[in-house]
Amino acid sequence: MNIVDILISPEGLGLVFLVVFLGSMIVFAVAGKNRPGQNLRGIVAFSRLGKAVGLAVEAGKRLHISLGWGGVSGMQGISGLLGLSVVERIARLASISDRPPVVSSGEGTLGILSQDTLSKTYRTIGEARQYDSGQGRVSGLTPFSYAAGVLPNIYDEQVSATVLAGHFGSEVALIADASERTDGLTLAGSDSIQAQAVMVAAAQEPLIGEELYAAGAYVNAGPLHASSLRAQDIFRWVLVVIILVGAALKLVGLI
Amino acid sequence: MGSGCDHPGWGSIETGGADMKIPVAAAIAIAFGLVVLAGYFLPLPELVSLRTILVQWSMIIASTALFVGVANLLRVHWFKLRKGGTASAYSFLLIASLLVTLVVVGLYGPTGSWSLWIFNSIQFPIESSLMAILAVVLIYSAARLMRRRMDLFSLLFGMAVLLVLLGSAPIFGIEIPFLYGPDGLRSLIVQIPAVAGARGILLGVALGTIATGLRILIGADRPYGG
Repeated sequence: MNIVDILISPEGLGLVFLVVFLGSMIVFAVAGKNRPGQNLRGIVAFSRLGKAVGLAVEAGKRLHISLGWGGVSGMQGISGLLGLSVVERIARLASISDRPPVVSSGEGTLGILSQDTLSKTYRTIGEARQYDSGQGRVSGLTPFSYAAGVLPNIYDEQVSATVLAGHFGSEVALIADASERTDGLTLAGSDSIQAQAVMVAAAQEPLIGEELYAAGAYVNAGPLHASSLRAQDIFRWVLVVIILVGAALKLVGLI
Repeated sequence: MGSGCDHPGWGSIETGGADMKIPVAAAIAIAFGLVVLAGYFLPLPELVSLRTILVQWSMIIASTALFVGVANLLRVHWFKLRKGGTASAYSFLLIASLLVTLVVVGLYGPTGSWSLWIFNSIQFPIESSLMAILAVVLIYSAARLMRRRMDLFSLLFGMAVLLVLLGSAPIFGIEIPFLYGPDGLRSLIVQIPAVAGARGILLGVALGTIATGLRILIGADRPYGG
């Protein structure tokens, strides 16, 4: 099998897609180096979260980040890994608080990574003594036991804002409802369609579609977050055009 | 994505996590990630077998992480129990249940009669009752949505929920003619606009997943502590 055969195979086309996607991310990162935060549309949820972090620090309240039970592998794992970027930024900003943020997850690997992210963040900013492994918790290992395990975190620990960023199912409504009952802000995003549908009703600030994946760009987690958003926008339009052309060709009977 | 906006409270981008120095842990993670990815795309037998071995290792590590997770759960509730207060009773119950289950499953195996009794008589009913509570919570949340964000989309959401619910099953044996059945309005909503919307959302999620995966692969995001 020569290189051309490999490239025109479905796997080869997938590889080409990834390489072009990565290339465009890097190009946009270099081009937008001096203009961080520009070309981002306003998402109220992230502005409200930024303010909520400040208010929590002032009021001596806690922030709670929930990473779901999706683990770290497969499609559903990526949203939890993205949630860790949010954890890192929130931990930095809330590091001067009397009550450092608490992170809950429903899977062992995510639990370890949340502890590691908190530990690394506090070490980086010279506040290593702020870290306690109890801040990164595994709350339950099935979807409903996880939701039940998260509720005491919200009710008993003076939580003023809850961020749900990861893979959830419909049980996420129980967590969002608990946050609502304690008058806290709930910002919720997931890769799961089912969870997103529930979040629209139950969360104050739901993140729909790929808005969760934009979180890194909005919380200033690094230049590649903003550039990957631009790459996603372009590739989305490319895919839309391909779908429409495909539908039109099918309609006229050419394929 | 539109233009110019301010994101209050998030500080400057320079404090972000995109440190371009690559420590050893990150270099190893990136190398392994590239090998696994290449194994999916390039049909080289050595690469495919290496990918299989690495994926198997990751499964073993994930299983070990499960034990670490249980230990973490135990630790958190042990501290809550020692702290006292009303919530400590729940922590005691959790620790006692965990230890009893561990002993029972250890003695009789995961398919033993007592192990299955714990699952069927305790865990399953409790999770089912949580699911029942969920139905009430969702109805309450939908009503609260109308109060919190009364706009066109909320109204559309509420109407769609109502139509799909009414069309899902006969009410007291009465079928609503234009809603119920394979040609009813419910089927129309579920099969056309809902599927189209879900596919659109999944398209965005897939692109977001690719972007996040690539950032991790090149070491711009390092959730593995490097």
